[in-house]
Amino acid sequence: MIELQGVTKRFGDRVAVDNLSLTVESGEVCVLVGSSGCGKSTTLRMINRLLPHDAGRILIDGRQIASFDPQTLRRGIGYAIQGTGLFPHWTVARNIGLVPRLLGWSPADIEARVTELLNLLGLPPETFAGKFPHALSGGQAQRVGVARALAGNPNILLMDEPFGALDAITRENLQQEMLRIQAQLHKTIVFVTHDIDEALRLASRIVVMHEGRVMQYDSPDVLLRRPANAFVENLIGSQDRGLKAAALRQVSELLDREAPTDDLSGEAPALLMEDTLRQALSLMFRHHRESLRVVDGNGDSVGVIRLSRLMAEGF
Amino acid sequence: MMWRAWLRPLTWLAVLLLATVGMSWLAPLFHWLQPDTRTVVYNRQDFLYLLWLHVELVFASGLAAALTAMIAGILVTRPGGRDFLPLASQIASIGQTFPPVAVLALSVPALGFGAAPTLVALGLYGLLPVLRNTLVGLDGISPTVLEAAKGMGMSPWQILFRIELPLASRVILAGVRTSVTINIATAAIGSTIGARTLGDPIIAGLINGNTAFVLQGAILIGLLALTTDSLFEAIQRRLDVRRGQSSVV
Ligand SMILES: Nc1ncnc2c1ncn2[C@@H]1O[C@H](COP(=O)(O)OP(=O)(O)O)[C@@H](O)[C@H]1O
Ligand SMILES: [Mg+2]
Repeated sequence: MIELQGVTKRFGDRVAVDNLSLTVESGEVCVLVGSSGCGKSTTLRMINRLLPHDAGRILIDGRQIASFDPQTLRRGIGYAIQGTGLFPHWTVARNIGLVPRLLGWSPADIEARVTELLNLLGLPPETFAGKFPHALSGGQAQRVGVARALAGNPNILLMDEPFGALDAITRENLQQEMLRIQAQLHKTIVFVTHDIDEALRLASRIVVMHEGRVMQYDSPDVLLRRPANAFVENLIGSQDRGLKAAALRQVSELLDREAPTDDLSGEAPALLMEDTLRQALSLMFRHHRESLRVVDGNGDSVGVIRLSRLMAEGF
Repeated sequence: MMWRAWLRPLTWLAVLLLATVGMSWLAPLFHWLQPDTRTVVYNRQDFLYLLWLHVELVFASGLAAALTAMIAGILVTRPGGRDFLPLASQIASIGQTFPPVAVLALSVPALGFGAAPTLVALGLYGLLPVLRNTLVGLDGISPTVLEAAKGMGMSPWQILFRIELPLASRVILAGVRTSVTINIATAAIGSTIGARTLGDPIIAGLINGNTAFVLQGAILIGLLALTTDSLFEAIQRRLDVRRGQSSVV
């Protein structure tokens, strides 16, 4: 658990973070979102003491971070940043093995850990362990960056726009990977982005920041349904908010299991349980249907999803 | 494959040593150049001995200069020494516009004649390229890399020795190379203020109007410069190979 209590950071006369309070529960993905310069990175860098805070308290699992030795603290917190910061003169394997080495693991343990992480991130160790960073694509380099952050097996992960410099497709792939890995590892993650869609996609809770202050701190669903003020409303976009909200929920949540399915067969495609309601709406519009068949992984019908049900839910 | 990197410096070294011991074999050639002169090959001092003194002077001053400049460059890029960074950059760049001969001349009144003022002048002048390149090299490291290093929990010493110096090594080494190459030539001028170097035959030749002497000194200095320069090049290549950047070579 990470707690920030009335944390303030000034650069000269400029207040970068203003009396910010925030609690990130263990296993949560807390995403800080806001326009450039609103203090997201500053907030993150205070948590691992890359920056000192001027006022307030920061606690990790109930202990003030000021009471840790800064290097010990940082070795226990994963850190992944935009542009990766991979060491260009080290191989991928050596980059990933850095924190374990700093922690004094045995060479055999380090090697095993590096192999495990390369596999976890979909980078075959035979191919990638010996490569140098300049030989990696942007997406591969960022995967290595994430692997390096995870290497010491930290409970906490700080990520500062890690996918910010990637093209849309690579970014989406990595977001998916991250969700998959998080479902497996349950880390406590503080993730910084300026991209609200990325925030909605990854977050269990979102912190909307503006000029160093918290505008709203809620789950993506609540944020979309009840934006706290005009700033948040503007950020999430007033036009396609409904679709954004629909994208956060699965077909399985509004499924009618008992409905007859015979009259729905035909040319309209079927949906899977884990497809989003946004995909359901899209297919309904495209195929002029008010209901669609839902199937399981084997292609057997499990129920039906209806437009009327979606409308009644309201987004 | 590894030995091939050293082939060139070794070849130049062989040529240099051969020319040093065998200069007298070229006597007929020099006679042909200067039929009227009796002594055509410099004989007041053994060439090998002069080469040794020359190398010693350049090596001692170069080593001292490189170490001092690197330490200074490192100090002014640490948080505690940042205040001196602009001053150090200025000295490094302006200092180099100062001709080496002038440095040599100025050290005489301070230290008298002989090897000592030459050593000091070479050391001082040799500092500048290394200092400048150390600053450039350390400054050229991506801030993201340093941020990551610190964020991963590396100590300042670990960051300096495992990240900063290795990443700056190429540029720093280039500075040492410049420094040493300049000083091989400058050391010869040391002969005018009483140091014994390969400049001796040149000075003697100029005074007595013996072009062959001048030529002999110049040839040996040139070969020494080539040997040293190709040695540095080989070292640079080895560094590149070690970090997987050899595809261009
Ligand atoms: N090291 C620094 N020195 C001075 N000002 C800084 C420094 N770091 C950040 N700032 C300022 O603090 C504000 C917040 O910066 P930052 O946290 O990096 O924003 P974000 O990550 O949200 O884009 C900005 O106005 C920025 O200019
Ligand atoms: Mg930022």
